[in-house]
Amino acid sequence: MQGLLERVGSFTLHIFEKVGVLSLLFLETLRQMPKIQRKLTIAQMAHLGVNSLPIVSLTLLFAGMVMTLQIVDILLRYGAQSTLGGIMSVAMGRELGPILTGVVVAGRVGAAMTAELGTMKVTEQIDALRCMAVNPVAYLVVPRFAACVTMVPLLAFYGYIIGTAGGYAVAILSAGLTHFTYMNSIEMFTDVSDVVYGLIKAMFFGGIIALVACHEGMTAKSGAEGVGQATTRSVVTSIIFIFICNYLLSIILY
Amino acid sequence: MIRLQDITVAYGPRVILNHINLDIHDGETLGILGASGSGKSTILRLIIGLQKPSGGHIFIDGQDITDFTEDEMDQVRLHMGMVFQYSALFDSMSVGENVAFGLRQHRKLPEEEIRNIVREKLHLVGLDHAEDMMPNDLSGGMKKRVSLARAIALEPRVILYDEPTAGLDPLRSMDINRLIVTTQRQLHTTSVIVTHDMESAFFVADRLAYLEDGVFRLIADKDTFRDSPDEHIQRFIHGGLMRQDGRYAP
Repeated sequence: MQGLLERVGSFTLHIFEKVGVLSLLFLETLRQMPKIQRKLTIAQMAHLGVNSLPIVSLTLLFAGMVMTLQIVDILLRYGAQSTLGGIMSVAMGRELGPILTGVVVAGRVGAAMTAELGTMKVTEQIDALRCMAVNPVAYLVVPRFAACVTMVPLLAFYGYIIGTAGGYAVAILSAGLTHFTYMNSIEMFTDVSDVVYGLIKAMFFGGIIALVACHEGMTAKSGAEGVGQATTRSVVTSIIFIFICNYLLSIILY
Repeated sequence: MIRLQDITVAYGPRVILNHINLDIHDGETLGILGASGSGKSTILRLIIGLQKPSGGHIFIDGQDITDFTEDEMDQVRLHMGMVFQYSALFDSMSVGENVAFGLRQHRKLPEEEIRNIVREKLHLVGLDHAEDMMPNDLSGGMKKRVSLARAIALEPRVILYDEPTAGLDPLRSMDINRLIVTTQRQLHTTSVIVTHDMESAFFVADRLAYLEDGVFRLIADKDTFRDSPDEHIQRFIHGGLMRQDGRYAP
């Protein structure tokens, strides 16, 4: 029992410590924002946004399809199939779109960022930047942060459409719903705020992914093993913070 | 002039530098010698502000930089260049882009002028053909030369070399040594070279400082250093090879 409490306590302290260092990095990122380099930011946006489209499409499409498969039987049983489009749209807009996009981007892009910055750290490239009077936060973190807070909401919106479309495909082909029923339900039950708040959440998730990934990379310990551990830590920490942030934002926004 | 005054660096109970004092005069080449892990590279990191001392003060041209912020330190670093032990080239950029990096960040120059400076610096280090190559395609010696070309691109007043000949064969080491001397003569820089390569140290340095157990055991011009009666220094110079009469072989 004592061991369990110790572990819970240690985990809680670890979370608070991370919140502290990430807050400091966030403030420094804001301070360095005027030095943003457009070319680097656009390159990061392309890497993060365009290259993530296939995996976001696949994840959200199947999530939408499976979710429809799981709930359509229950709705048919109660004669409530006319609400399916609305349920899918609200679920995708508020929760599944942003959270699944966040998790996918944390795994794909966050891990790559940490590995890249971690390698730069252990090969003294970050020290070389400092020696050349280039602030590493301005040069490395700011473009990644800006790209993440811009592109993750866009990906989440794209994911919302793809997920809802996946639900539509199953509803029409497998459950026999009509196009009108599905679309009318979306129109009736979905408020603009459902999607907009989801995108606000996604923006926060993007910021978390960038800050965690950059922090873990820039503090990676020497050697390939250190970079590997930092990469794993980056993905796990990002996902934990995304879940916590999702809960807090859900309380605040809805 | 660079002055280290009563500098201490400690990691917990482990003292790396113990109240050391060192003056580096303008235009001179100072070699810092010592065994691996003796804290030689730490001195370079202190001078360029990559690390703060646990105690003491660092002066550059009479200005105490010890408590400078990163932004203030960046102004000092604009006049310094550093050649890293493992070159630390940006591996996502070509050789030309590496050399041009500082210019693009700090000088508002037309692209053509930047290209000309890059070619000039690469010519100086004997790598005219390498502008479009990637760091991964270069040998260890070539990487060191590119690192030097990058360090001198902004024409710094001080160049810091961290083990510039480590890991190179004797011929490549001598190439680098000659390059350091040529650079020093052409640009009239102050150079600080951390090394445990005695041949390199005697070739390039005006003065030598020997670091042992966290303190400078001797700081002297290279002739005085070579003739020092101190057994520790003789052992370091000659790699511990003792003659029959008990003296270390020259």
